[in-house]
Amino acid sequence: MDAIFLQILNGLDKGSAYALIALGLTLIFGTLGVVNFAHGALFMIGAFVAVTLSKVLAISKVVLDPERLDFLGNPAKIKTPYVIEWFGSFGEWMIDYTIPLSLLLTIPIMIIIGVVMERGLIRHFYKRPHADQILVTFGLAIVLQELIKIFFGSEAVPMQTPDTFTGALDIGIWFGFNPGSVIYPYWRLVYFFFAAVVIGGVFSFLRFTTFGMVVRAGMADRETVGLLGINIDKKFTIMFGVAAAVAGTAGAMYTGVNQPVFHMGMDFLVLSFVVVVVGGMGSLPGAVAAGFLLGVLESFASMPGVKNAFEAIGLPSIDQIIIYLVAVIILLVRPRGLMGKVGVMEE
Amino acid sequence: MKKRMNDKLLILIFSVVILAFPLILAPTGAAYPDLMQRFAIYGIFAIGFNILFGLTGYLSFGHAAFLGVGSYAAMWMFKLLTMNIFPALILSVLIAGIFSLLIGFISLRRSGIYFSILTLAFAQMSYNLAYSVLTPLTNGETGLQLRLDDPRVLDTVVDAGSLPSTNLFGLEMKHVFWNPEILGYNLQFNYGFYVCAALLILSFYISVKIFRSPFGMMLRAVKTNQTRLNYTGISTRPYTLAAFVISGMFAGLAGGLLATMDPLAGADRMQWTASGELVLMVVLGGSGTLIGPVLGAIFIRYFNSVLSQINEFTLHAWFSFGPEWMTNLLVSIVDPFVGEGWELTLGALFMLVVTFLPGGLVDGGQRVGRWITGANRRAAKAREA
Amino acid sequence: MSNFKVNRRGLLKSGAVIGAGVAMPTIFTASSAAAYTNEPTGGTVTLGFNVPQTGAYADEGADELRAYQLAVQHLNGEGDGGMMNTFSSSELQGNGILGKQVVFVTGDTQTKSDAARASAQSMIQKDGAVMITGGSSSGVAIAVQGLCQEAGVIFMAGLTHSNDTTGKDKKANGFRHFFNGYMSAAALAPVLEARYGSDRNAYHLTADYTWGWTQQESIAAATEAVGWNTVANVLTPLTATDFSSYIAPVLNSGADVLVLNHYGGNMINSLTSAVQFGLRDKMVNGKQFEIVVPLYSRLMARGAGENVKGILGSTNWHWSLQDEGSKAFVQSFGQAYGFPPSQAAHTVYCQTLLYADACQRAGTFNPCGIAEALEGFDFDGLGNGPTHYRGSDHQCFKDVLVVQGKENPTSEFDLLEVVEVTPRAQVEYAVDHPMFAGGALGSCNDGS
Repeated sequence: MDAIFLQILNGLDKGSAYALIALGLTLIFGTLGVVNFAHGALFMIGAFVAVTLSKVLAISKVVLDPERLDFLGNPAKIKTPYVIEWFGSFGEWMIDYTIPLSLLLTIPIMIIIGVVMERGLIRHFYKRPHADQILVTFGLAIVLQELIKIFFGSEAVPMQTPDTFTGALDIGIWFGFNPGSVIYPYWRLVYFFFAAVVIGGVFSFLRFTTFGMVVRAGMADRETVGLLGINIDKKFTIMFGVAAAVAGTAGAMYTGVNQPVFHMGMDFLVLSFVVVVVGGMGSLPGAVAAGFLLGVLESFASMPGVKNAFEAIGLPSIDQIIIYLVAVIILLVRPRGLMGKVGVMEE
Repeated sequence: MKKRMNDKLLILIFSVVILAFPLILAPTGAAYPDLMQRFAIYGIFAIGFNILFGLTGYLSFGHAAFLGVGSYAAMWMFKLLTMNIFPALILSVLIAGIFSLLIGFISLRRSGIYFSILTLAFAQMSYNLAYSVLTPLTNGETGLQLRLDDPRVLDTVVDAGSLPSTNLFGLEMKHVFWNPEILGYNLQFNYGFYVCAALLILSFYISVKIFRSPFGMMLRAVKTNQTRLNYTGISTRPYTLAAFVISGMFAGLAGGLLATMDPLAGADRMQWTASGELVLMVVLGGSGTLIGPVLGAIFIRYFNSVLSQINEFTLHAWFSFGPEWMTNLLVSIVDPFVGEGWELTLGALFMLVVTFLPGGLVDGGQRVGRWITGANRRAAKAREA
Repeated sequence: MSNFKVNRRGLLKSGAVIGAGVAMPTIFTASSAAAYTNEPTGGTVTLGFNVPQTGAYADEGADELRAYQLAVQHLNGEGDGGMMNTFSSSELQGNGILGKQVVFVTGDTQTKSDAARASAQSMIQKDGAVMITGGSSSGVAIAVQGLCQEAGVIFMAGLTHSNDTTGKDKKANGFRHFFNGYMSAAALAPVLEARYGSDRNAYHLTADYTWGWTQQESIAAATEAVGWNTVANVLTPLTATDFSSYIAPVLNSGADVLVLNHYGGNMINSLTSAVQFGLRDKMVNGKQFEIVVPLYSRLMARGAGENVKGILGSTNWHWSLQDEGSKAFVQSFGQAYGFPPSQAAHTVYCQTLLYADACQRAGTFNPCGIAEALEGFDFDGLGNGPTHYRGSDHQCFKDVLVVQGKENPTSEFDLLEVVEVTPRAQVEYAVDHPMFAGGALGSCNDGS
């Protein structure tokens, strides 16, 4: 029982990342009709905004200490970060809280990147076939990923979560489990709540603001809204920025879950596309639901007991293929995914 | 009538150019057997994919799986039966055909991006399984290789200490039969390349025939407006499925040839990025055109191999003509785009081509051609006046 | 007369078909009469450095390239000579190899067997490389080793840790200086027993591919021999990026040791998850819970950050070693690049020197001569103590380092500390050991 509860938590946590990326993908697709293969790269760039901030905060004053020697026999360099030098304990707090602080940077930077991307590249592809959109954004994804590799190398960059949120919480006792049987890392819980807030925020933004209403109307019938004299293009550009910011903040926060590495965007890209399609192209609730559903299924599939059971019926390593298998089954049973609309992306 | 003549001429020119590769490519540094064979093999792969994507518009992200299956099938023939490539190639085409029939039958129930994701899902499942659980069949991470103790029931062992070579009724694929020195280039003519070239020309011929046939017309109609076809009472699925299986068999042939020229079948070649690369080849060259896919395949293979082998020292040698600061400046500008940065260059190149040359290299060539003939015409007009 | 070559076996069965080919005039037959593949005829000899430049192991590949360039400089008599001065064999004079200047070509393996073979092929066929070396994963090393065997050039393996490289996939033309899964396990087990006792329950997470399996098999056998019990072995997909769902079941499994048979990004992520779940602070059956990473690399340790502190593993070499060879190498590498070399850099530097020395001693670049010179070769001064290149499987035998993540690193490179140098005798095994059985070296191929 405790094992299942743990895997539900794991699934929700994995699902958070899937859902956030899929949400942005669906927003872009729903508003602009563009299939954005560079969306994983936006997630990755968000993560590296956090990395950059941590590097900036770590810029240090170097003092040579003749007492100690480095590996070549030269005097060792003693480094003190300038922020600590200048701000003392507040500087230490800033270094400790690098990841949450980076959100302040990530949001504006990602909106700018998103808007530049849309105005500079994507808008030339509205009338082009989806295959061309996929290819050009795929090319962009490679370029962004390789640029990050040039600056940060190919190995993962270690990032630390704030001390308060490091370690694990005995969450099981709240639900009546024995103490110590269901413990779960703080930061993963933070990540889940963060995802819930962002998803809730995006939905209420679209539901309760005039801007959101126009965007939703535009998603339903772009031409008519345009005829009403509303500059829908501008609003859609902003939505692209919002989608980029959702992906970027998801990436920045993810650096506390797993260490960021230059190919993390590609790792998520295929899965998030599967998520979007399983949810149904163009459906925001579908994308979120499918994200969490596949996250939970993936977690269950990796339990030793489940793996053994599937192996016994001749399906070994079910955890390797579960997402794809589920995607195939859902698409065959429900032609347009869980909540897809008729006629979207079927041409 | 004129069209038929044109096709014959096209095939003839195509054949001559391909057969003369060891000579033509010498100045480019690509005229060594392994790369030329890959040109031809990926050309076949792209021609096949073009029959599906170029004609029907169905974007499959799973064709690398058929290539991989073809390779595994060929390797098993080499291991179990004989090093003669003839049965191996036949089996790889057949197995890939059956495999693509199964996947196509299911995937083609959907269209658009749903189809793409279904093929992607099947391909990723194949890749993941080939890498891990299917290791007894695929040798997983390491890839399936020949071993000294393979049975090879039809072959007689000649030298127990070394592995036999793939051959076509005795002609060893890797054997260089002519190695002349022409214009200062050391040319290598080997059997393997000519086997690949012959099959590439055959594939090209088949592709021309399909493009010109009523079947090809029907596939184009699917791309233009499938709904209308359905309303007129025509079921398009048999046609698209046929195109899918044909392109799968081409992929199987390419996979078999890869194993033939270099006896190893690795799971990597089934990964979705390998399918993505195939799509890029076809689009880069010009999808829906006859010659485009082959051009795209050659282009990408060439860049892949040449760019990745340039290092800082090569650059220094190239740019050593000027003063030292200029050399250093040029090297530091170019260095991020070659060697470990070759993927960056390739990515940027795709973006440029897709943005500015929607019809691919063929489109670019035609534009240049029109520009030149246009310029001629203008010049002629100017002379008249 | 004609050296037109046909496969004799094929000829026997299909003589009639081949008739036309045999009748080809001699002008069309190969003109070069080289004694072996890519015999160097000018004043230079070309080596092929085939390392991952893109993909997940690109940093390791970059470090290997640095070491190769250093080795080439030293061979050609530039720089301070590095380990050439401490190497027990004094054949190398700093005038290239056999008087020929050493030049090199580089390529990208992409950590894919296909791409690695294509890249090696182009070095052999286009650039005339007489030796191929490199690689940062076992799959690639084994694939390229097979290619070199068929092409008739020597392959000096880089970082490859699978038992299979010199086990069931060993080749007469391939040589490995790096250690392997069996040696890691044999070196680690006694230390684990001394530190954590002989009454332990181990839970294994294993990367689901060949290297992971051989590593797991080795370490399970070695720890069971000291009395440990293997509770479970769960295979994880290579493509997994988040290991939380594999770590969570460990919590209540009753195990008190977690063994992570992972490498690279897999290891960084699985270790991070394990630490997040508080496994290191956990007490099970009154014992402190422990994590073990059998194969360590400093570059990976850097990626995992704080999480490696106090965690045991093994490594082939570490820059903090104080023997003359290691000191000379670290000095020379550090002067050139400003940071200490990784174990990948060390092993490829050694391999290049060993190859050059073997050519020198054999007096030829012929792969068969070199193989003969390397087989059974005993040497010292390359940082691992007295080392033996075993002739029957082309595996080097030397001391193995057991290391631990350092609690208080003094610099960004100072992440691991050596806790024990396991003597060579303890990690040796018979050539027909079951974990290495099933392959045959074959006979050396010089491509003639």
